[in-house]
Amino acid sequence: MSDFDYGIVEEAAKQLYIKALCDLPPDVREALKRAYARETKPTARSVYEAIFKTIETADQKHTLICQDTGLPLYKVKIGSRYAWNGYEIKSRLTNGTRRATQEFPFRSSSTHPLLRVNPQTSVGPGLPVFYWDFSEDDTLDILMAPKGSGSENVSKMQMFTPADGVKAVKKFVLDTVVNGGGMPCPPGIIGVGFGGTADLVAKLAKDAILRPVGQRNPDPEIATMEVELEEAINSSGVGAMGLGGDVTTLAVHIETAYTHITQNPVAVNCQCWPARRARAVIHPDGAVEYGY
Amino acid sequence: MAEYHLTSPFSEQDIRQLRAGDIVRFDGRLFGIRDLTQIYMFDQHHEPPVSLAGYPCIHTAPSLRKAGDKWEKICVGTTTSVRMDRFSPDLIAKYGVRAIIGKAGLYQKSLEAMQQYGAVYLAIVGGSAALETLQIEEVEAVYWEHLHPEALYQFRVKNFGPLTVAMDSHGRHLYDEVRAEAARRMPEIYKKLGVA
Ligand code: SF4
Repeated sequence: MSDFDYGIVEEAAKQLYIKALCDLPPDVREALKRAYARETKPTARSVYEAIFKTIETADQKHTLICQDTGLPLYKVKIGSRYAWNGYEIKSRLTNGTRRATQEFPFRSSSTHPLLRVNPQTSVGPGLPVFYWDFSEDDTLDILMAPKGSGSENVSKMQMFTPADGVKAVKKFVLDTVVNGGGMPCPPGIIGVGFGGTADLVAKLAKDAILRPVGQRNPDPEIATMEVELEEAINSSGVGAMGLGGDVTTLAVHIETAYTHITQNPVAVNCQCWPARRARAVIHPDGAVEYGY
Repeated sequence: MAEYHLTSPFSEQDIRQLRAGDIVRFDGRLFGIRDLTQIYMFDQHHEPPVSLAGYPCIHTAPSLRKAGDKWEKICVGTTTSVRMDRFSPDLIAKYGVRAIIGKAGLYQKSLEAMQQYGAVYLAIVGGSAALETLQIEEVEAVYWEHLHPEALYQFRVKNFGPLTVAMDSHGRHLYDEVRAEAARRMPEIYKKLGVA
């Protein structure tokens, strides 16, 4: 085993949670500006003006953009050319999450599902949520995303049959977003999982909202489907905060997986306008690069 | 769409002039309430220790810090209103609240109370806690402290907004109108998407 100081991972986890809550990624800011430029309805335009002032206030005062600190998710890519210790990574990310909550301090949004007791730590059994993956290089790449409940609560999944076809999938995505109205604090990113199994499809949908806004799926057919769904959703007129307007979503992102020959699963994960995420790349020499 | 700058407490006239889609900002006193606050008031029959008549109420569970016996703001944001719909008609009828501020709106009975007594629902931009917190000048009082973070809060605000009049005192309900318009457009959208 190497003598890497895993305190660096803990500190990064803490910084990432705080950064994600306070500093909106540049691609999200740009996408909101483009949406504002397109928007013609005066009520919706005033929503964007408040959004831009909020972002500016959070920048200047280093405060939370939204009061909902969400549930913490870390997507971790472990480089294979270095002897990273997975157990240490997991426990340090958990500690860092707790420390961010108590040391910033901000509200913990996590609770026991039955007893509804909030330990005020943002962690607990099953939390943070971790997505693990591996890369060919030597770095530890950590993407952190706090997920708010207003948008998570309108998320849905459905197991269609192959006979229902892609039609059912597209209609499901559109209906889910339109029925959600103003609840998920639109305009945000609509994440779609397509294929896989019942659990994997939900994970794909969440993974889809973690991409920079508007980054297309590399598969051209899927990318076309993203554009079609974006246009359909934006034609609904739901608009910013569900108060009516030309832009209801900043982008639709689809992630796919192979599925069973008898299955046709789809899941929608809605993300709100503060599409919060932050990233740290940690090198074996202990250097940490922060980004989005 | 008109823009208004008001000062609370609001008169019936202040409120009746507002139409769905108008933008409002205001100065003055604002009360913060949440699910528990209203369960305590209405289900457990506790009279508020301060008059709410003419004032706006916002749906919030604020993050505050107590320094000595003074409460200070940390982060004040707004929550979804529908969970508190059942209390809203009484809040308007019995306590004379003139504006309810929240996100995503309320239902028909609340709209009827707004028409009858002269009140509005003002939509705030969800997720904009940084801005709301900035616009709160002071936490003047916290009543029923044992319920914190769902107590009864008295804030003093400056230029609070922008808020959209989403339900007015003349029976208009912007969210319902947007939903109806979306439903009207749907067949065409389905056709274009090839899912009709
Ligand atoms: S849905 Fe998003 S923006 Fe809206 S309150 Fe929740 S976390 Fe904040």
